[in-house]
Amino acid sequence: MATRPLSPHLTIWKWGPHMLVSILHRVSGDGLAFVGLPVLLWWLGALASGPEAYQTFTWAATSIPGYVVLVGLSWAFFNHLCSGIRHFFLDAGAGYELDTNKAWSVISVIAGIMLTAAFWAALVLL
Amino acid sequence: MSGGDPGSGMTKGTDIGEVRGLGSAHHGAGHWVLMQATSAGALITCAYLAISFLLLPDLSYATVTGWLKELGPNFALALLIVAVFWHARLGLQVLFEDYVDHPGRRFAVILVINLAAFAGAAFGLLCLIRIGLGGAA
Repeated sequence: MATRPLSPHLTIWKWGPHMLVSILHRVSGDGLAFVGLPVLLWWLGALASGPEAYQTFTWAATSIPGYVVLVGLSWAFFNHLCSGIRHFFLDAGAGYELDTNKAWSVISVIAGIMLTAAFWAALVLL
Repeated sequence: MSGGDPGSGMTKGTDIGEVRGLGSAHHGAGHWVLMQATSAGALITCAYLAISFLLLPDLSYATVTGWLKELGPNFALALLIVAVFWHARLGLQVLFEDYVDHPGRRFAVILVINLAAFAGAAFGLLCLIRIGLGGAA
């Protein structure tokens, strides 16, 4: 098998917003896949199994480590959503000018954090 | 298939010789289109779930199972399960293609994520049916 270069070469690139948003897109997406989907299935499995199983789930989810995981997952979701919407525009061929690309990279990351904060604020207040 | 006489023109030559110059496998465009379609589906259904978390009066067992016994929410979550597991399967394929160098190991890992994604989605749908029909006996 021919040895082909693997991507991305984290060690040789200069850090920038577009690189950060790309890496966070992958990190948040894979975090959702490896942690978020098992939690989702645990939640549904507990709901399908009865009140006792659901009580076990809510006990874990409302513990301090549970909240850390849930806040992390909600950030991963909103971050992946924002950078994913950015990808829709990039896939349509828009937003490749350097300044535009940089601006939307920064906006994607900040919007992900803001939506996470807004979601938890609404969850607590509503 | 490997070996033969690379110079004769009558044989297919080595493995690398067979694929060199053929261009892409043409599977990439299909993967990309499915990524787009499943991301749109995941976006809509996950937004629905996030907004439902905010609008439900509480997240107790009675409230959530009562909500998921209704046909609309149950169906929406069924669509969510299909969209997110399909989307995750496609995304993880890209992850492992990027980082798993050895072709045999890469094949094995992608086989495992296919099976895991299928099993996960099947379990999620089964749970939704069970909740919809009244939960545990």
